[in-house]
Amino acid sequence: MMTDAAPTTPTLPTTPALPALTPSQTVGPFLHIILPWPDGPEVVPPETPGRIVIRGRVLDGDGAGLADAMVETWQADPDGRFAHPDDPRGASASAMAGFRGFGRATTASDGGYAIATVKPGRLPDGAGREEAPHLDVSVFARGLLDRVVTRIYFADEAEVNAADPVLRSLPDASRRDTLIAVAEPGGYRFDIRLQGDRETVFFDV
Amino acid sequence: MTDQDVSPRLESPDSAGRDGTVPDRYVRPHGVHPDLASPAYRSTGRRAPSQPLVPLAQRLTEITGPLYGEDRVTESDADLTRQHDGEPLGQRIVVHGRVLDSDGRPVSNTLVEVWQANAAGRYRHVVDNWPAPLDPNFSGGGRVVTGPDGSYRFTTIQPGAYPWGNHPNAWRPAHIHFSLFGRAFTQRLVTQMYFPGDPLLAYDPIYQSVPEQARERLVSTFDWDATQPDWALGFRFDIVLRGAAATPTEEPHDD
Repeated sequence: MMTDAAPTTPTLPTTPALPALTPSQTVGPFLHIILPWPDGPEVVPPETPGRIVIRGRVLDGDGAGLADAMVETWQADPDGRFAHPDDPRGASASAMAGFRGFGRATTASDGGYAIATVKPGRLPDGAGREEAPHLDVSVFARGLLDRVVTRIYFADEAEVNAADPVLRSLPDASRRDTLIAVAEPGGYRFDIRLQGDRETVFFDV
Repeated sequence: MTDQDVSPRLESPDSAGRDGTVPDRYVRPHGVHPDLASPAYRSTGRRAPSQPLVPLAQRLTEITGPLYGEDRVTESDADLTRQHDGEPLGQRIVVHGRVLDSDGRPVSNTLVEVWQANAAGRYRHVVDNWPAPLDPNFSGGGRVVTGPDGSYRFTTIQPGAYPWGNHPNAWRPAHIHFSLFGRAFTQRLVTQMYFPGDPLLAYDPIYQSVPEQARERLVSTFDWDATQPDWALGFRFDIVLRGAAATPTEEPHDD
């Protein structure tokens, strides 16, 4: 005798549908209509002690500068703190007046950009070691269907760079130098090569 | 500006594995974003990286990010039809929706920046000089901040399609550019919203660069309820940023 508990077609339990991620699209060539902010390149106010300017060019596979790119940076303050509630150490307002952590600069006709900031502190890496001072960088441009992400490290932090978990784990150690800004008067130089010789290391975050 | 109750699940920093790996806080998208190297979109040719991307663990710099809200917005930023003395020409529209993460949680108090062409398909920009008229009453840029439920809303003009040099007789479908921060560096997103029923979508290599199963997420829906009598047509566009849990629908379907 059939029981009513044995349907021939089992009904799968339904789970609530979670929203599906929105795809990326290129920023296009017209980003200047709204994205540049007057204070965008100023991560710290002009009078900040220890202020540095990171300058460089965004270059394509032919070595030509991108006149229509945008570079954004995000970093800890000099004490290695973030004023952000998701920092598991707790949000910590920076001791440095006017420190924003975020920079945004569009490129000039030669592909040049400049971000005025301070060198960030070291960070605990979550595994009992330290990350060397670094900035996370996003590059947006016509021809980039998604942002590309890289990091800026500092050449004069050689010892802590040598122990940095990201720099140590690069699959191709010969490309490590593409992530390291070189000191120059007033700050550092960091070129971003999207493609080709000495192509910058870009990350999947 | 912060909402502790919507933060992603967080482990303490010492929860990392002994091999030094750090568990991801944010889902890694698969089958969602376009390939950087998409030859049909010609500008990718000399700009898309040729080396594979290197996986980056999500540590402190990646799980935090700028928290921009009301401090970056003025009142006129949310109505692109009222930024000049006169009214712009074209079909007035209201665009609204919610910004969520892929766990379904609202992303509240986050800055959304938008920009677009005018009704004739012309951008107010030095490099746009095709023969369509500029509108002295339309700049084409706006900013809004999401509410506690992740909702946003702005008023603008239906943008026009425009030609571009990608291939012979290439036309971009009408679109509005969106830029979003979310609450972490990892959530940052720049995208474009399209309009329903646009025949140009089938011919656009930028829209078509998105994996097929994810494309339609970029197409807004006509929204009768948001349509304002005697004033403006309504369109809805929800935006989903990376959350803490993977969703089955984001896996690519190659079968």
